[in-house]
Amino acid sequence: MNRFDYLRPASIAEAIAAAAQPGSAYLASGTNLLDLMKGDVVRPARLVDLGGLPGLDRIELLPDGGARIGARVRNADLAYHPEFSRRFPAVAEALLSGASAQLRNAATVGGNLLQRTRCAYFYDPASACNKRAPGAGCDARGGENRLHAVLGWSERCIATHPSDFCVPLAALGAVVEIEGQAGRREVPLEEFHLLPGETPERESVLAPGELVVALRLPAEAARFAAHARYVKLRERTSYAFAVVSAAAGLRIEQGVIAEARLALGGVAAKPWRARAAEAALAGARPDAASFRRAAEAALAEATPSGDNEFKIELARRIAARALALAAIGTPERLPALPASPFAPVPGAPLHG
Amino acid sequence: MAETASATHVRHGSSIGQPLTRRDGVLKVTGQARYAADNHPPGMLHAALAVSSIARGRVAALDVAAARAHPGVVEVMTPANRPPLAQDPDDKNGPFVFRMEALQDDRVRYAGQPIAVVIAETLEAATEGAALLAPRYEAEAVETGLDASDVFIPQMVGPGAPAEARHGDVEAGLAAAERRVEATYETPAQYHNAMEPHAIVAAWEGDRLTVDTPSQGLAWAQERIAGLLGLPPENIHIRSPFLGGGFGSKGVISGPQVLGILAARLVGRPVKLVLRREQMYGPVGHRGPTRQTLRLGAGEDGGLTALHHHVRTATSRFDDFLEPAASVSHTLYAAPAIATTYDAVRLDTGTPLFMRAPGEASGSIALESAIDEMALECGMDPLEFRLRNYAEVEPMSGKPFSSKALRECYAQGVARFGWAGRPLQPRQMRDENGLLVGWGLGTATFPALMFQGQARAVIRRDGTALAETGAHDMGQGAWTALAQLAADSLGLEIDQVEFRSGDSRLPDAGIAGGSSHTATAGIALHHAGADAIAKLTELAMADQRSPLFGAGNMGVVARNGRLLRRDDESRGESYADILTRAGLAEIEGRGTGAMDPAVPEHYATHSHGAVFAEVKIDPELGQIRATRLVGAFAAGRIVNPRLVRSQYYGGMIWGVSFALHEQAVMDKCSGRVMNANLGEYHVPVNADVPSLEAILVEEHDPHVNPLGIKGVGEIGITGTAGAVANAVWHATGVRVRRFPIAIEKLLV
Repeated sequence: MNRFDYLRPASIAEAIAAAAQPGSAYLASGTNLLDLMKGDVVRPARLVDLGGLPGLDRIELLPDGGARIGARVRNADLAYHPEFSRRFPAVAEALLSGASAQLRNAATVGGNLLQRTRCAYFYDPASACNKRAPGAGCDARGGENRLHAVLGWSERCIATHPSDFCVPLAALGAVVEIEGQAGRREVPLEEFHLLPGETPERESVLAPGELVVALRLPAEAARFAAHARYVKLRERTSYAFAVVSAAAGLRIEQGVIAEARLALGGVAAKPWRARAAEAALAGARPDAASFRRAAEAALAEATPSGDNEFKIELARRIAARALALAAIGTPERLPALPASPFAPVPGAPLHG
Repeated sequence: MAETASATHVRHGSSIGQPLTRRDGVLKVTGQARYAADNHPPGMLHAALAVSSIARGRVAALDVAAARAHPGVVEVMTPANRPPLAQDPDDKNGPFVFRMEALQDDRVRYAGQPIAVVIAETLEAATEGAALLAPRYEAEAVETGLDASDVFIPQMVGPGAPAEARHGDVEAGLAAAERRVEATYETPAQYHNAMEPHAIVAAWEGDRLTVDTPSQGLAWAQERIAGLLGLPPENIHIRSPFLGGGFGSKGVISGPQVLGILAARLVGRPVKLVLRREQMYGPVGHRGPTRQTLRLGAGEDGGLTALHHHVRTATSRFDDFLEPAASVSHTLYAAPAIATTYDAVRLDTGTPLFMRAPGEASGSIALESAIDEMALECGMDPLEFRLRNYAEVEPMSGKPFSSKALRECYAQGVARFGWAGRPLQPRQMRDENGLLVGWGLGTATFPALMFQGQARAVIRRDGTALAETGAHDMGQGAWTALAQLAADSLGLEIDQVEFRSGDSRLPDAGIAGGSSHTATAGIALHHAGADAIAKLTELAMADQRSPLFGAGNMGVVARNGRLLRRDDESRGESYADILTRAGLAEIEGRGTGAMDPAVPEHYATHSHGAVFAEVKIDPELGQIRATRLVGAFAAGRIVNPRLVRSQYYGGMIWGVSFALHEQAVMDKCSGRVMNANLGEYHVPVNADVPSLEAILVEEHDPHVNPLGIKGVGEIGITGTAGAVANAVWHATGVRVRRFPIAIEKLLV
């Protein structure tokens, strides 16, 4: 990797000032950034280590039923926080379905939001990639793209966002708290990541130097706790990114869906909130037909970006599955295989 | 192994057959086992490879000045200043000698080929120096995939077997058949991915060289390095006490290892060079891809009438290693007519190499799938069909098997797995959650081979002994199993025998490959011990003061450090007493392990097994999980059942990997492997194999070698991969013929 300056600021203001300099990158636990540096994918001139900043590692359960999570909270600490996982079980399930135990013990909440795509062409410095080198082209477009995006992609970029965590966050209306030189602002997670369009190198709304300091789950997100699931389809039982995934939350009143939340993972450059599907479910009965209709709505705009047409139907099926599992109800305990189709389903079998 | 902290074992009778834990286990779990890259001789520098990002063409320019200018960089080695070699690395002077890239010119023949070496004070500086070389290339169009244009008919496959083999009239057999199956299966390129990357620490003293590097073949490595450098082999000292896996990729010395040696020569200081994970996807071999067409004919009674196994495989443009995938069809089923044929394409890749169960792994998944397809065609249970076509003699050669307890493997596997009652038709079984359940069977087979090895045994005046051979422990447990064999050969407790191994200064133990190492090195130790005992016996029998004097034709028995008269065990004396009275400090024996040439002349020698697999599949999502595996294997005498079971487990997990997970994804335009890391090159995790059992089926082989030892290291992959594939069909009714089986193929 290249030689770089290493700073460990003691205050957020100091960190922001340092990171606003061109060529800077924030370093949290480095589970993604250091790999990228070792692979020569990114070559920052300055690392601003967040390890010395106070106050970013707290999980606050808010009295209104919401939660505020510091950006440096470790994925595992959040997932295993009993009260947090009780209020937001799908978020805990998503976290525990990601990466490996070792990585979850290190990786942070802010880092999870800002992890880079796993597109192999992005990781290969010899390939053309508009994310890495704007204007260079996209070798993924005509390359090995079986697992690439089916929603929101552009000719410039067909990469997907790899996070599991962000999928239920998008569904549940999480808010990102950001500090920068211009002060503090809040952005809904749903708007935090950008679709590639003409500028795939711009992956989030963050301006230079801006720092994610916390993530907030609003109180109403906890109202789905009894019917919230995350399901992830992958090519081995653990330690694999999603082929497609879905987070679903339902509020069921008197046998009817009062409110639904649905987001998809592995399908686009951002966690994909499926608002049309949510609208289709409001007032519907929680049955297979409703879920299939909602899934159709969620993928209505989908188009293959390569050899990945199968992902569209798979995404429909995973969406319907997540909704069906949510309707059955959040399990008492997180399954030993979180988010896996192989986790036992309480109650009646899902398949005839 | 002077540094071994061995656990205390309770021995009951002989060492052979005891389930001893690994004698090097404590060293390994406490981090004290010294692997090649753990060596840091004084003054050592770090080397980093710069590798090509194009797959064909030439290097037009390297910014050597920029790399040199980087702080910490000591030297940049390119074709311009690389120290001379005595031999062209492209010369081939033996069947196990492969062409390598050692900076002989500016040609690029595959992606990931070394094009320069940067040597620096730190690994970080060397790595950045390599990046700063910013190569410019003149690239040429590349060819990838099995449909490439450069097709040829190979004469030889694998390490030197004839490509084409025929027995009987296949076309007539097919024409006469009541039922026919023709199906084409594809297997991808796979990479060995040993946990320990290829690493070398090279230190020169004048024209003497010491290298620490993992090797599955110390003597070959020594000879190859000596040949390239133009030095006598004894000037090359290689230490390889532990390998973090090899799987074939450490069987021959690779280009990067030679470059580490040359880098040390160039800078006049010890140099360490360790491949990065992604650099293991090019210069150190891989399993070649295959496309296999099986044509089977069967009569009304389910008896095979013909079997044709055609393989299309691929090799590099500059050297030959053809995956011998059809050889499995020579052995397994009693068809009266068998033909195996090959063609191949040349690709812009590194040269393939033997990879655990070369030939049999790829061939078995295709043959076992096709056999199942034919069983269905005949309306027979897959096991019934296999028993109907059970080969009593090796079908291709007509030779009897030296031993074959495959029927017993089927029987024990069936009982343990609970195969009875399996519905013939697919998609009939569900679990309590509604997941599809399928059961599949695969027959496992791997040849019982031997290379040639030597060993030395020394009985010392204090009654202890030394046994030594330059064997290789890749994790399979050679430190333990070979010591067990040595102890028994010397009539001593295992803790009374100092066992030395893993060093080129010791007798050549033959290569650790072909599932032959325990047999080869073990028989060598067995004979060396016997030789030492024989000399000791002579000494005693000739000495009037010995209670063994005149034992003569009655003979003696060696046990517990004593020689005893066979006809009267109350008369005997200790090794120590014999040597003391003779005034000798020690007595030495030598032994050789090799296949008696008469054996393959008269017998077919193979290990066998039967693997039963259960898979569960989500009917809507297609995600697959192998939920239960039972393998029953017969491989002659089992030296250490614990280690052998572990070998079977590893092989069976690899079989799951073969069927469901593993493949190199190559970009068709660039020829680069796009998933050259363990995050994206999937192998099973623990959750993928929740239940695994290996049954050791008793088998006595009176022919294969004096101890009746056959191989266990590779057979577990064969059978398992096909069993999983067949279980996927049984669960879904979808016959996927391209491996690994992809989720989308199962969406109905």
